[in-house]
Amino acid sequence: MEAASALELPALELRGIDKSFGAVHANRAVDLSVAKGSIHGIVGENGAGKSTLMGIVYGYYAADAGTIRVDGKEVHIAASQDAIAAGIGMVHQHFMLVENFTVLENVLLGAEGGALLKKGEAAARAALGKIMADYGLEVDLDAKIETLDVGTQQRVEILKALYRGAQILILDEPTAVLTPQEADALFRLLDTWRSQGRTVILITHKLREILAATDRVTVMRQGAVVATRDTAATSQEELAELMVGRRVQLRVAKDACVPGAEVLRATGLRYVDARGVERLRGVSLSVRAGEIVGIAGVSGNGQSELLEALAGLLPLAGGEIFYKSEKLAPPGTAAASRAARLHGIAHVPEDRHRMGMVVGYSAAESTILGYHGDEDLGFGPLLSNRAATTRTARLMGAYDVRPAAPALRSGNFSGGNQQKIVLGREIDRDPELLLIGQPTRGVDIGAIEFIHRRLVALRDAGKAILLVSCELDEILGLADRILVMFDGRIVGELGRDAADERALGLMMAGVAQAAAAE
Amino acid sequence: MEDLVLQTVSLLASTVRLAVPLILCALAGLFAERSGVVDIGLEGKMLAGAFAAASVAFWLQSAWAGLAAAMLVSIAFALVHGFACITHRGNQVVAGMALNVLAVGLTAVLAFAWFQEGGKTPALADAARFRPLQLPFVAEISTVPVLGTIYARLLSGHNALVYLTAALVPLVAFVVFRTRFGLRLRAVGENPHAVDTAGISVARLRYQAMLASGALCGIAGAYLSTAQSASFLREMTAGKGFLALAALIFGKWMPIPTLFACLLFAFADALQGRLQGVALPGIGVVPVQAIQALPYLLTILLLAGFVGKAHAPRASGIPYSKEK
Repeated sequence: MEAASALELPALELRGIDKSFGAVHANRAVDLSVAKGSIHGIVGENGAGKSTLMGIVYGYYAADAGTIRVDGKEVHIAASQDAIAAGIGMVHQHFMLVENFTVLENVLLGAEGGALLKKGEAAARAALGKIMADYGLEVDLDAKIETLDVGTQQRVEILKALYRGAQILILDEPTAVLTPQEADALFRLLDTWRSQGRTVILITHKLREILAATDRVTVMRQGAVVATRDTAATSQEELAELMVGRRVQLRVAKDACVPGAEVLRATGLRYVDARGVERLRGVSLSVRAGEIVGIAGVSGNGQSELLEALAGLLPLAGGEIFYKSEKLAPPGTAAASRAARLHGIAHVPEDRHRMGMVVGYSAAESTILGYHGDEDLGFGPLLSNRAATTRTARLMGAYDVRPAAPALRSGNFSGGNQQKIVLGREIDRDPELLLIGQPTRGVDIGAIEFIHRRLVALRDAGKAILLVSCELDEILGLADRILVMFDGRIVGELGRDAADERALGLMMAGVAQAAAAE
Repeated sequence: MEDLVLQTVSLLASTVRLAVPLILCALAGLFAERSGVVDIGLEGKMLAGAFAAASVAFWLQSAWAGLAAAMLVSIAFALVHGFACITHRGNQVVAGMALNVLAVGLTAVLAFAWFQEGGKTPALADAARFRPLQLPFVAEISTVPVLGTIYARLLSGHNALVYLTAALVPLVAFVVFRTRFGLRLRAVGENPHAVDTAGISVARLRYQAMLASGALCGIAGAYLSTAQSASFLREMTAGKGFLALAALIFGKWMPIPTLFACLLFAFADALQGRLQGVALPGIGVVPVQAIQALPYLLTILLLAGFVGKAHAPRASGIPYSKEK
């Protein structure tokens, strides 16, 4: 923030942006000013309206009211086309790539340079070659997107924006799919752009990244801007408090772990998916009573498959699972997952919409899902709605689900409250072993605090927990022992005290051996 | 020897004639489905086109006027489909099926009302139909053994719409894989969000695809009623639109493989025409019904057994909305 910038017009200025989706007021009279040549962070909880706001700037949604100025000139953005023409580029959280297209085709889409592709292709190849060399963004232009890892896919998204000459770049949760090292490389790239006078808007929920990378930061809550701060003059605690509207405990206090007998042991687990890709290449692990074992890794390295295999959901190509030194039936059958539940193995799946609940069910129906055969829920083939409602009301009280309405459609609860419903259902069984994936994905900070405390309490009660998470902070905050997965293998194990972000990051990137040798 | 050549060539020639409506419909479906609209309404559009072609060709005594009418009516049907499922995000299969039912009923009712011939249109004079064309030098070349027969009876002697269809297949392949429109078309059926954020209107692209689909189905309809036969008959499409859809799936939504899938189905159809009443060695005379079922059995077998790995355009069947 040099003195010169005071004279310059802001690169992007929003005034009174308002947007409603039906009854949901997503943006309330939002004002935002982003200085030219700066990195501006936007933080807020899920549903605070960050993505909607940026969607409006990028022409994906139309604002109900308000004006947008780029370099001081008012622009009318009715569609993404207008945003692109105004020099705005966006890298979406869920990549906007056509999976079975090549990199080149994806870059060309919408900027073909003529009715026939041939000429545009040649020109694009030349231009992209220069961009890739300038920024060190090497990508094979003829590779199909579906064959690329997520980090490379993100480079393609960035190339798309640069090819279109973006001067203002919006990045929506760009580091969610990256290792810490890849994230660092991305931030170095953002620095380069800033030095070239480009402007970056960074949306994230990782406060650490905000502090490390941005010049200014705007906090949003419930659709409105609640504060804008110079990054140098704020702290994680202040930002968290502004986001939630009250003081929050970012890290759960917990005692040293007292591991007991071994509860789960898996040896040599192998799994080959429908496309013939080997997702698990001989995974062995053990979890003892009274400890939380965290599985860290960049998403897509086999953690999801491991969790599902242990829960009895995936048919394994090899390996054995022992629960309290008793061998479990081979997974992948309904009998296996039911047996797992009867044995006292609870599973909170990563994707609660796909596997954890039925969003069209009432909360009461989602709460008894999988346990609908319980004696107290009915008689023979008949199900007692009253008993289900009673149970749900009790769990909603215990797990602080808001609103505490058993009849409400599951999909209408916020992410955090949905997760509390699933968690309550599973923990209520008093399981010996809890398998839990991404417990706080899409969950607001207040609920994260609650969920983390419940998990630690369960551990303190002497239960075994296997935690899969892509959030390193979560792993470091909760796990007593950390296993790192890369490419279907466990590539390293660290005790909580020996683990730090750098060591884990290197392992997650699959370069642990090299690092150890240095 | 010459007799065998003659028989084979005539079997292949009738394969070509039977394949034309399938190919046109399958190409129509290709545009629609590549854009993300499941086009189960091919049958209805073709039937409506057939009726329009026969009626207008009769009134104006012009096959070309009939063709134009068929294309317009079929495009109108396609736009109704688009209005229901693109603009209003209705269920594509339900809307398509509704159009099929509408076409069956409407063509029969209008035929009764206008022509009073029991649901068919009056027989067309040759001048109002697409008649076989002779390629140049047929007389000279036909005397050459084998090749001459192939030229005279397989390549020559078809009507204009057959040659038009033959030209359309490579043209569609070129459009889909080598042009800007094709790139966008393929993208919008896979990931409309990517198209939207690239600054292209999803709805506009899908409507363009529906226009192409309607036009091609119209040609197919005109072929049925003014080229292959000389009048419109009730339900004369007889499931060809669905067969074309099957061929499109079998051809993995690619123009050239789809062409061969259509030819295969048409070959089965041509073969069953010839096998009726013929005693097969070792089996004897097979009942007519069983032989007539041949193309359909083939369809079931192929679809069930061989296209397990066919990937439909990923967004096909899903109405586009910005919220996920």
